[in-house]
Amino acid sequence: MASSDHYEDVVRTRSEERFAEFDQGGKGPVARLHDVLHSTPAIVPLIVLVSACVVFGLVLGSKFFSPFALTLILQQVQIVGVLAAAQALIILTAGIDLSVGAIAVLCSVVMGQVTFRYGVPAGLAVPIGLACGTAIGAINGWLVSRVKLPPFIVTLGMWQIVLAVNYLYSANETIRAQDIEAQAPFLQFLGAKVNVGGAVFTLGVLLMLVLVLVLAYALRSTAWGRHVYAVGDDPEAAQLAGVDRHRTIMSVYMLVGFICGLAGWVMIGRFGSVSPSATTGVIGNIQAITAVVIGGISLFGGRGSILGAFFGALIVGVFELGLRMAGADPQWTYLLIGVLIIAAVTIDQWIRKVTA
Amino acid sequence: MTRPVLEARGLVKRYGKVTALDHCDFDLMPGEILAVIGDNGAGKSTLIKALSGAIQPDEGEIKLEGSPVRFTSPNDARAEGIETVYQTLAMSPALSIADNMFMGRELRMPGVMGQVFRRLDRRKMEEFSRQKLADLGLMTIQNINQPVETLSGGQRQGVAVARAAAFGSRVVILDEPTAALGVKESRRVLDLIQEVRSRGIPIILISHNMPHVFEVADRVHVHRLGKRLCVIDPKEHSMSDAVAYMTGAAVPDAVAEPA
Repeated sequence: MASSDHYEDVVRTRSEERFAEFDQGGKGPVARLHDVLHSTPAIVPLIVLVSACVVFGLVLGSKFFSPFALTLILQQVQIVGVLAAAQALIILTAGIDLSVGAIAVLCSVVMGQVTFRYGVPAGLAVPIGLACGTAIGAINGWLVSRVKLPPFIVTLGMWQIVLAVNYLYSANETIRAQDIEAQAPFLQFLGAKVNVGGAVFTLGVLLMLVLVLVLAYALRSTAWGRHVYAVGDDPEAAQLAGVDRHRTIMSVYMLVGFICGLAGWVMIGRFGSVSPSATTGVIGNIQAITAVVIGGISLFGGRGSILGAFFGALIVGVFELGLRMAGADPQWTYLLIGVLIIAAVTIDQWIRKVTA
Repeated sequence: MTRPVLEARGLVKRYGKVTALDHCDFDLMPGEILAVIGDNGAGKSTLIKALSGAIQPDEGEIKLEGSPVRFTSPNDARAEGIETVYQTLAMSPALSIADNMFMGRELRMPGVMGQVFRRLDRRKMEEFSRQKLADLGLMTIQNINQPVETLSGGQRQGVAVARAAAFGSRVVILDEPTAALGVKESRRVLDLIQEVRSRGIPIILISHNMPHVFEVADRVHVHRLGKRLCVIDPKEHSMSDAVAYMTGAAVPDAVAEPA
């Protein structure tokens, strides 16, 4: 080749500017804040949560800042908290699950009906309910991963199907709390209370806390967790890099179905009874999505942490209880939550901008 | 004559009525940089996908160091030590450099933590990544946990090449590595390619950029109409020859250089 072809050599000889280095020096406070938020997005909801607690504490005093009131919040958010953990997993894969609440209600109904209609011992009825949730999750996952339908559509349909099955199967019959208490107390197991110096924890609350911690660990420190993020971030890239996309998505949807089953069990503990018309079936999905979004998990997938979703659920709980204690119109709660949702997504957009 | 590291005979791949590969042959010799050039639609990508396991050819066979292989997925090819740097780089922007290096082949902690709790051995993966990047003279890394999206195009390409070089024990395939880069960054990536070759790993380089091809390649495989038209020596042919062959404006002397 002719020597005149080496036209790019000039670049080589004058390449003192080392462009391929990873330099972080000389950033302003805003850029550094951006970096911190970029790496730990759960900080924003944590700040909001702590400030909300401080504000309500100042306004309401010890009425709010008592072990009883604070643990009451945990009890009130336990169902939404568990559902939000499930929702967070799906949203991390860039999906959305509208059927979480409905699955939870159906699972609680299955647990109750299997015990009372067929006389199955409660210790076996609970696993059956959980298996039922896992199976529905598997169908969702298969439709999303193999048939390649949008998660929104799949779970919109599944939401209606599951709710309808729930009413048809249960004949819209509520199983009363007294009957459960008398004949199958194990179904209410998660409602058992643990009293620690005024602070009241139910087993359902502890289950929620353990679940969140376990999921946080799995997402952070196992290969499976990294794959969930990679698939949510860029499915094509993940696949080419050697991640089994189908397996990852299936595992997530099945796990989510299972967690919804747990939520159903938590519901029996919380309400005492088994009711097919529990509001969770209708608004559980929106509550869970709200918590996840306020918790700073990106709806575009691959960003955010499950702790954020948990904080998101707590924020909603704190607002609800705090405003009620302050005697405010409950509509204020919804108004503030609406503001929070929009603010959270605004912050997410800012975090996603790489070059701040 | 030395045995090719990777060879293919009579590969055929049809998509409906379109024949993307038409009894195509291919040879990659040990330690060489083989450039694959061809006009758009000539079937280069299909050839590369067949070699990297992304598609399965309808006919023909692929031999790796003399023994026939059948890849049903890119993971099969990876398991055999064939690594591909895709044009899209196949990286997850929000994850860290170390996470991306080990995506799909993470290391677990030894003992109970790894086996029961499936805990990843982050420190080991970070050290390995840092080492591999440093080996290629890529950088003085400040933070191996930096998300990939905070890197420049050239840096990302560098990480992708380092990943391929770290795990590609037999063959590294680079698909248009300089297409999306500026002049200086391209320069750096070409140096990287030669650095990888100097470790004795043969490289398949798919590129449209004739100056780049002629600069680094030992042999140039000219692809036309779904098959290998000829293999030319860049020292004996000019860029215009190559362009003429690949567009059909000229026909190479009978068998310019039998493979």
